[in-house]
Amino acid sequence: MENKMAQLLSGDETVAAAALDAGITLGTGYPGTPSTEVLEELERLGGPAQWAPNEKVALEVGIGTALAGGRALVTMKHVGLNVAADPLFTVAYMDVPGALVILSADDPGMASSQNEQDNRRYAVAAGIPMLEPSDSQEAYEFTLRAIEIAECWHVPVLLRMTTRVCHSKTIMNRAGVSLPSPRVPEYVRNVSGRVMIPAYARQAHRKLREKIAKIAQWNENSGPTQLISRSPSLGIITSGISYQHVREAAPEASVLKLGMTNPLPVEAIRRFVGTVERCIVVEEGDPYLFESISAAGIKVEDKPSMYRFGELNVKRVQRILSGDCSAEAAPVPGKPPALCPGCPHRIVFTALKNLNCIVSGDIGCYGLGVLSPFEAVDTSVCMGASIGVGLGLRHALPEADAKRVVSVIGDSTFIHSGMTGIAEMVYNPPPTGHVVLLLDNGTTAMTGMQEHPGTGRSLDHHKTGKVVLEDLIKAMGVRNVHIVDATLDPSGYEALVKKSLEKPELSVIINRRACLLAAKSIKEYETCNE
Amino acid sequence: MNKITNIVIAGLGGQGVLKASDIIADLAFGAGLDVKKSEIHGMSQRGGSVSSDVRFGDHVFSPMVPDGEADFLVVLAADQVEVNAAALSPTGVLINVSQVDENKLRNKKSINVALLGTLSRHLKFTDEEWIAAIKRNLPETLHAVNIEAFFAGKAEVAAS
Repeated sequence: MENKMAQLLSGDETVAAAALDAGITLGTGYPGTPSTEVLEELERLGGPAQWAPNEKVALEVGIGTALAGGRALVTMKHVGLNVAADPLFTVAYMDVPGALVILSADDPGMASSQNEQDNRRYAVAAGIPMLEPSDSQEAYEFTLRAIEIAECWHVPVLLRMTTRVCHSKTIMNRAGVSLPSPRVPEYVRNVSGRVMIPAYARQAHRKLREKIAKIAQWNENSGPTQLISRSPSLGIITSGISYQHVREAAPEASVLKLGMTNPLPVEAIRRFVGTVERCIVVEEGDPYLFESISAAGIKVEDKPSMYRFGELNVKRVQRILSGDCSAEAAPVPGKPPALCPGCPHRIVFTALKNLNCIVSGDIGCYGLGVLSPFEAVDTSVCMGASIGVGLGLRHALPEADAKRVVSVIGDSTFIHSGMTGIAEMVYNPPPTGHVVLLLDNGTTAMTGMQEHPGTGRSLDHHKTGKVVLEDLIKAMGVRNVHIVDATLDPSGYEALVKKSLEKPELSVIINRRACLLAAKSIKEYETCNE
Repeated sequence: MNKITNIVIAGLGGQGVLKASDIIADLAFGAGLDVKKSEIHGMSQRGGSVSSDVRFGDHVFSPMVPDGEADFLVVLAADQVEVNAAALSPTGVLINVSQVDENKLRNKKSINVALLGTLSRHLKFTDEEWIAAIKRNLPETLHAVNIEAFFAGKAEVAAS
């Protein structure tokens, strides 16, 4: 029977639906796979959604929203939480009367990320509650629960999802969960709970630990833990997407599925382990649950270390359960992605290859410049790192090599965290100078054409304030700022880069041409906005 | 007995792999079955390999088709057959782009839906259900050409 209330939606889409149903005051974040669709869907549903310049600013805006008593959803990919870690660790201490829900979308297996860090560690390190949904239904319910927990204990909540929960479509039912209406935002002064000077922060830290102890008790008694009692011969403790693989791989096993994975329901775990002959923890990524449960003096087995790498799936869970550590069949390599034919970045990497440059790269489509036929990227770390790393190379290398170093960064990445790199360049210029190639294709291309402050259009593509990159860079003190369209004159572009490399000066060359995939839409937005 | 039907659609970015899997998932959902669909987004628009898993039945747990358990492997680019061959069950059916004559399609971009037509011969859904799912997942201007492609793909199997 078709259920009229049921929908087939991705986890990201259901988080947006829950935010809307909760009367969210503001959704904000920075695009990053696999989190991007949440705010896009929230906007499509008519909810309040906006892109921030980076995750740190997004979280800070979320903090302000929640301090005013509002409900804030802040979205990011796992590495985005590194950027937002500074406010995270201190807002955890604060008395936050509204709801502050932080979605961390992790990418085990690195489908499109530079590392596979396990952000469950952040919840523990910052001392905040964490919920881990395992499908779209739970993504919906846990988003609402996160708001409820945040408002009940005045503490931020980490909603930790992974690629297969964010992007898989499963059936979800939007009815049946209800929250109190959001309160009308107002400012209530609470200096000791909100101003984290040492005198107040010392007290606030103690208060946080008291809150966490109470939440642990709540998690023991009425948390979203699920017990599936089957055979007593094998017990499995799991959470998130691993639960789904476990139920399919071992239908006869007893399973304790944890919904809130910080603070853990330690006594519920102890009881479960006592009912089974053998108990193994099946979790993707770091042995976080295993270590925490072991530290509580409960005897459980860990997965073999080879399964720490990459995603789990049904076959890998079967191997874990049987202790199979034989080599896994290597997947047949597929066709790698490539810069699109006609992409404006292509001319840049052709020039850099011709000029034998040492290329300090960054995060975005232009990372694909490392692949054939260009093979013209030498290093890539994190958002914005191209400039600092390029400067470091310039400082350390012998002059002849230092003069070959360029930093390559895109427009959205530049806004995200390139500006401080420019400040460093102006403040501590290498003796050989430096050359930054800013590839301005007018969009956040790699994540699917999102707007950013440099486009002058908001998340919904309407006109808003615009950060003019060249004005900003000139104002910061870079004297040689060039704006070119390399597609119209490839050899002229190469000559300009060559000339800039020869001078012991600071140069920024902005290659401005719209991303091929976005150009048509950008024209339409601009026409509508006139 | 909880028998799950496992389908893997594979091809290259831009070929409509995800759209094809959306249509199948929606079709099974519309028929009242439990459905899960999974793929990796992100790099898919840059011409690289893309694949999408659809699973339906009474109750589906994992959203990913285990290797060697695909009942159907639908491949939109001939050079992607080898890359995805491990997904197919020993008794599974390979539906390859070479089985459909692209030149018979009014718009070659509808090849993804044409291969769904080929697939439809093996599944217990009615033409009406397929057409409804195609319509729900494509803009109205593309309905006629894709429904045509669906039946062209379906006819190819009948002829072979």
